[in-house]
Amino acid sequence: MHLWGVAMEQTIGEELRKTPLHALHLDLGARLVSFAGYHMPVQFAGVKEEHLWTRAHAGLFDVSHMGPCFISLTGRKLSGQEAHLAISAEVERLVPSSISSLAPGRARLTVLLDEGGGILDDLIITRPAEPELQGTLYIVVNGAVKHQDWALFAQGLSSDVSIQRADDRALIALQGPQAAAVLEGILPDCAALRFMQCQRLAWQGQVVWCSRCGYTGEDGFELLVPQDLAIPFAEALLADDRVRPVGLGARDSLRLEAGLCLYGQDLDTSRTPVEADLSWVIQRARRDRGDFPGADRILQQIATEPELKRVGIQPLDRAPARQGTEIQLSGRRIGMVTSGGFSPSLERPIAMGYIESDFAEPGTEISLLVRGRLREARVCALPFLQPNYHR
Amino acid sequence: MTTYYTEDHEWISVEGELATVGISTYAAEQLGDVVFVEVPEVGTSFGKGDDMAVVESVKAASDVYAPVTGDIVESNSALEDTPESVNEDPEGEGWFVKIALKDPAELSKLMDAAAYKAFCANQ
Repeated sequence: MHLWGVAMEQTIGEELRKTPLHALHLDLGARLVSFAGYHMPVQFAGVKEEHLWTRAHAGLFDVSHMGPCFISLTGRKLSGQEAHLAISAEVERLVPSSISSLAPGRARLTVLLDEGGGILDDLIITRPAEPELQGTLYIVVNGAVKHQDWALFAQGLSSDVSIQRADDRALIALQGPQAAAVLEGILPDCAALRFMQCQRLAWQGQVVWCSRCGYTGEDGFELLVPQDLAIPFAEALLADDRVRPVGLGARDSLRLEAGLCLYGQDLDTSRTPVEADLSWVIQRARRDRGDFPGADRILQQIATEPELKRVGIQPLDRAPARQGTEIQLSGRRIGMVTSGGFSPSLERPIAMGYIESDFAEPGTEISLLVRGRLREARVCALPFLQPNYHR
Repeated sequence: MTTYYTEDHEWISVEGELATVGISTYAAEQLGDVVFVEVPEVGTSFGKGDDMAVVESVKAASDVYAPVTGDIVESNSALEDTPESVNEDPEGEGWFVKIALKDPAELSKLMDAAAYKAFCANQ
């Protein structure tokens, strides 16, 4: 059998970047793999164990491979709401969400679109809470495409908008029902935040950007921490018995249970937000104005129905249906699985994928072609597990 | 009864012209929690190195190769309901198939337990 991708990678290329937590991963006995250009922990104690721990307690994830950045107005003498509206107008040229309507300290999921309405990336945009930071947006893009995203920002935004990368810092996620109780021990003010809110907090005299969000369906936080504080900060969290380190393997199974998309698998330029069942990221004001890339096609799809739609898929036997599995009905191909695996929480396989809209209704019986053999499955609603957000 | 190992981490335990095949303890540990196993039907023939079975962890599916040429005379269908026995007892209860050997000479190219242990230590 093949163990690559499973066993420790044999060749660690010199070009692989290390996150500020790399030495800690080695100390913790992580199994490391190459991911998005970084040397990343795929698992510590084991995918299933880490997954279930996060659902019951709190998991600590290193997501420093992602692309945190700040974009700011530099040339214009604006402040407060005026400054926010000006920077929002810049970014709204690239995304279909309403950024101008974000309240201070609020974050929103959105997508970067190409001219055809295809998804270039999904990202979180935050309006800082602090009055002195109006005119700046804190943005986190995906690691695998961060360089092209930043190139797109540089090209698509006005010349007096600066882009400051922050991917030299550590981005640490603490996720799970006990995450808030743990984090309050070292950042007491985090307790005031609700889901999709963000505040800058101080730890050991330095700024930590604390966002109450995540990629697991659990309550939790993503923390942007200065490089030199990364290991002490992670160690302060890990000192709590309720926290264990979690690798990318469990991160993937957790997000799949939560019905969340992985860019490059469930989202790419061949999909629009409507097909991806992400129309909700396009607020009414933006639909009315129709002033975002690919608006014609996207508004048309909202008005009628796209040919394909992203749905949940419930295999009816024990065989996982992985990415690329063909979906059939009466011998005809009607779609494809884009993410699939085994759900440790539900102890059965789960999947999501794109299917012809006529068959997208939950309960529709379909077949999955797994290694040449048709297996029964059913379309189902997403997510597989109800989220546990602190709203 | 002699047990041999392949560089692809299958074990093959031979008695006369009948061999029992599974994945090694090392491979099972590397895989982590096995959540699904697909074994071939009785009567199927395989050449040495052919994809013979599939073992899946939470994270990924891995092919298991036929360590020798032969015909499947028995499959461990219990693994469909209890894939975890691959983790619990990989070189016992967690066996995959029994193969009628076509070419016993192929066995001489495989490793014995000591050689395999050394091989894994270098992985």
